[in-house]
Amino acid sequence: MSQAPVEKVRIRCTINGQPADFLSAPYVSLLEALRESAELTGTKEGCNDGNCGACTVNLNGRIVDSCLVLAAEADGATIETVEGIAPPEGLHPLQQAFLEEAALQCGICTPGFLVAAKALLEREPDADEHRIRHWLAGNLCRCTGYVQIVDAVQKAQGVLRQG
Amino acid sequence: MHPFRYLAAHSIDEAVAALAQYGSRARAIAGGTDLLVQLRAGRYELDAVVDVKHVPELTALTWKGGALTIGAAAPCFAVYEDEAIAGAFPGIIDGASIIGGIQVQSRASLGGNLCNAAPSGDAICPLIVHGAIAHIAGPKGKRTLPVGQVPTGPGRNALGEGEFLVAIELPALAKGFGAAYQRFTPRNEMDIAVAGVASAVTLDGAGHIASASIALASVGPTPIVAADAAASLVGKAPSAASFAEAGHIAAREARPITDMRGTEVQRRKLVSVLTRRTLEQAVARATGANA
Repeated sequence: MSQAPVEKVRIRCTINGQPADFLSAPYVSLLEALRESAELTGTKEGCNDGNCGACTVNLNGRIVDSCLVLAAEADGATIETVEGIAPPEGLHPLQQAFLEEAALQCGICTPGFLVAAKALLEREPDADEHRIRHWLAGNLCRCTGYVQIVDAVQKAQGVLRQG
Repeated sequence: MHPFRYLAAHSIDEAVAALAQYGSRARAIAGGTDLLVQLRAGRYELDAVVDVKHVPELTALTWKGGALTIGAAAPCFAVYEDEAIAGAFPGIIDGASIIGGIQVQSRASLGGNLCNAAPSGDAICPLIVHGAIAHIAGPKGKRTLPVGQVPTGPGRNALGEGEFLVAIELPALAKGFGAAYQRFTPRNEMDIAVAGVASAVTLDGAGHIASASIALASVGPTPIVAADAAASLVGKAPSAASFAEAGHIAAREARPITDMRGTEVQRRKLVSVLTRRTLEQAVARATGANA
């Protein structure tokens, strides 16, 4: 049975505080649309099936695996990606701490960890190590062994507490 | 991936109409955490997905007396972060809070977990032992089913063409009721149960077990109701001996296979241990002990 081709849909949303308006095939993931249509390649594709968390973005205040969200679902949404977490000048304390603590090697998982950890510290500024590890269980890193990542999150936590 | 359309429904009628338009070539999408993975893996092809998250009934959490109706697409976090639900139904939270990681819990729903019908679905067995009712809508109108009848095989459910799950109704709890769910996984988070057990008990005024319900995850093609194990408890005082006996019976009622996650023997042993532990926790909750 021949079907009319699936037309692209218009996505109007807010990405990192800026209005965005682009066309996307409805069956592609938000991850693909961010990278290919919105040209924001900071968000990485790891497993592309919801196991690794490399593609984590903040969607309407909750962290999600953007590979498991359809681009079409993002119409009207507020999205924050790794490109949006640094202040206009300099780095976010989490980014600075990841550098200082050597919390990355190949870097594919890093944007996901940063977005996920930022969401945790905003919700729960006093999260302990156990809570940090639990919250970040949806993010896999095959380089660091996680110790440096948890150290970096706790270091950033201290910086953020001081304001 | 085979190209498909995205249709957002804003009412039950709109969802019914959209699904009817594409017949077996459409499915409802809630969180999408299973559906999109399966589509990408080529398990099946669709011409349309119908997003039901904008249908008010599908995400509502509604109390009526002591009964709670959970919209089928309400994400896990909305259920487990709700203090009233967590206080009243800790056995439901046991399952809802361990599906995937935080990212998945932002999207995945109890209704999706039920309809996906994985034998390992962590939400399903707790719903069964609470006596939950599935509310279904479709081209022929609305109907209900006990949740235990929704999964019909691995990845298969009782929904007919054009039907979708609207909500899951948890009946008001009897006095003296307590329930718990536990699973065994090599990793604490982001893992699939090697075996899981949900247990519920209702204690009478003398503290004896008036009724019990036990459901087993990941040890059969669908969740298994361990009726003999539950029946063995009725009329008895909660005790280590009665829980151990129920565990041994439940292990015999399980129908596990050996696969990459565990052997048949290991799974039967896990059922025995998890039955005992969830019964202990269920009784502690029924008696108001902090568990």
